Amino acid sequence: MTFSPELEARFEKLLCNYPPGRQRAALIPMLLYAQDEIGSVTSEVVDEVARRLQLTKLDIEQVLSYYSMLRKKAMGKHHIQICTNISCMLAGGAELYEHACRKLGIKDKEVTPDGLFSLEEVECIGACSWGPAIQVNYDFYHHMTPEAFDRLIESLRKIH
Amino acid sequence: MLYNSPSPLEVKILTRRFGLSNSASLDTYLATDGYKALGKALAMKPEEIIEQVKISNLRGRGGAGFPTGMKWSFVPRNSPKPKYVVVNADEGEPGTCKDRLLLENDPHQLIEGVLIAALAVGAEAGYVYIRGEYRYLIEIMDRAIEEAKQNGYLGSNILGSGFHFELYTHTGAGSYECGEESALLESLEGKRGVPRIRPPFPAVVGVFGCPTVLNNVETLSAIPAIIRDGGPAFAALGTPKNGGTRLFCLSGHVNKPGVYELPMGFNLRRMIEEVGGGVRRGKKLKAVIPGGSSCPVLKAEECDIAMDFDSLARAGSMLGSGGVVVMDEDTCMAQAALRIMRFYAHESCGWCTPCREGTLWLRKILTRLHEGYGSRSDIALIRDIARNMLGRTFCPLGDAAAMPTISLVEKFSEDFEAHLGHRGCPFESHEQRVLAK
Repeated sequence: MTFSPELEARFEKLLCNYPPGRQRAALIPMLLYAQDEIGSVTSEVVDEVARRLQLTKLDIEQVLSYYSMLRKKAMGKHHIQICTNISCMLAGGAELYEHACRKLGIKDKEVTPDGLFSLEEVECIGACSWGPAIQVNYDFYHHMTPEAFDRLIESLRKIH
Repeated sequence: MLYNSPSPLEVKILTRRFGLSNSASLDTYLATDGYKALGKALAMKPEEIIEQVKISNLRGRGGAGFPTGMKWSFVPRNSPKPKYVVVNADEGEPGTCKDRLLLENDPHQLIEGVLIAALAVGAEAGYVYIRGEYRYLIEIMDRAIEEAKQNGYLGSNILGSGFHFELYTHTGAGSYECGEESALLESLEGKRGVPRIRPPFPAVVGVFGCPTVLNNVETLSAIPAIIRDGGPAFAALGTPKNGGTRLFCLSGHVNKPGVYELPMGFNLRRMIEEVGGGVRRGKKLKAVIPGGSSCPVLKAEECDIAMDFDSLARAGSMLGSGGVVVMDEDTCMAQAALRIMRFYAHESCGWCTPCREGTLWLRKILTRLHEGYGSRSDIALIRDIARNMLGRTFCPLGDAAAMPTISLVEKFSEDFEAHLGHRGCPFESHEQRVLAK
């Protein structure tokens, strides 16, 4: 399979970051960056990365199943991750998550029928002092309220 | 960017550039004493650098509080193997959001700290292991590394000294366990993040089988100030054996939650009242988790305490990673225990049976109890399971799950008992009341 020239350039640079014979170190970054481009770690991605790093598919599956950000199923265009861990919970994160489920009509790790949104209840994302916090793909949003959440969803719908 | 206003009570050492325009740029860094400590360190012997760090009483800011200078001195200087410096930027301890600010607002301070650590232990390469969710920080860090390289602060023959050092960023992909040093090294090598048995410690056998210094972002960010102004000046900011300042992350039920740099030993009650503006909505304080979710909880009456490693250890808790989680009188401590256990059950890597099974069963029992289907014997069972996890795992995650649970059950048993025979949680938070309307 082929990746974009940007991703290929990134892989090339990445593989130079580790000492000779230690290229396996690039595995987790490669899977995550490939997922960013393709949407999920498909079996084609597994095969391709296995070939490039001279690993078995099993080696890759073992790693893939461990890390919570790596997934085999594509999420929505806007993957909404809501933190409900202790600090965000105290600031209303759990209620925000319930609100989001109702607003989007989906539950944890589900995708809306139009493929635009997906939802995930996540563990601490490092925004504890500014909670409740969410991430849409890699972007942080702090001090979220149900109203601010609705506005965000509408604005994301528009940029679709 | 900054996400909360500063407090006038702050002592800004590591955060001194926060709020300056382009604080992450090399220009701003150089205009504010940047890379001066590196120049100084290049003229020092490695032992002299380590000695200053020892004198500074800097202790690991990731949570364990191990003396940094001592950690560096464990690296075998005569080893023929290459040596590495690894930065733990896998911030993930619930309640903690400080490393994010240091990476975002002052990446060159971290690079300078890494370079000084490398000089002290004889390393020629390093990695900044950044959690996958912090993608924008990887970009900021990559830009800073590139800028440093182009201006002779990284790469070959640094500042004409003959010293060579390469620094790379490396992304994680979602795993709390990878913040544990040995699991981080496994992950950095492209494997599942499970812990390694120790000894050997990473100082001797770390990444790629080579001697490795592994420090938290905040720990290494303190190094330039220590070398620039001397170890004694840094030590004098804190309390005995607890040098310097630390970035405290106030969260939960306070009026002004935020990250604030305060001297080690700052009084916790004063931190809540004067820095955090007191408990929100005029409510009474019920409890505080002083250093991230792994730390035993303090009751309101226990909060007249100096926030340093030793004072909190004496009080049966820990300073941990500086995440101060404040809970008001309406908080259900059974719910807090349940939410914390859900986290550990999710994050347990499964390597050690007491942690894998213990967190799972504790989550189930706490869920049952919180929903009102528990029995009195469940409360004793929670304590029993948690106590049997203590000290029986490769890494501290098992203890980190057990310790807050034991403290919550023991200090707030009435909250757990209130759920017996009561369908649904008898407590109602402000947010739940608002939502019910």
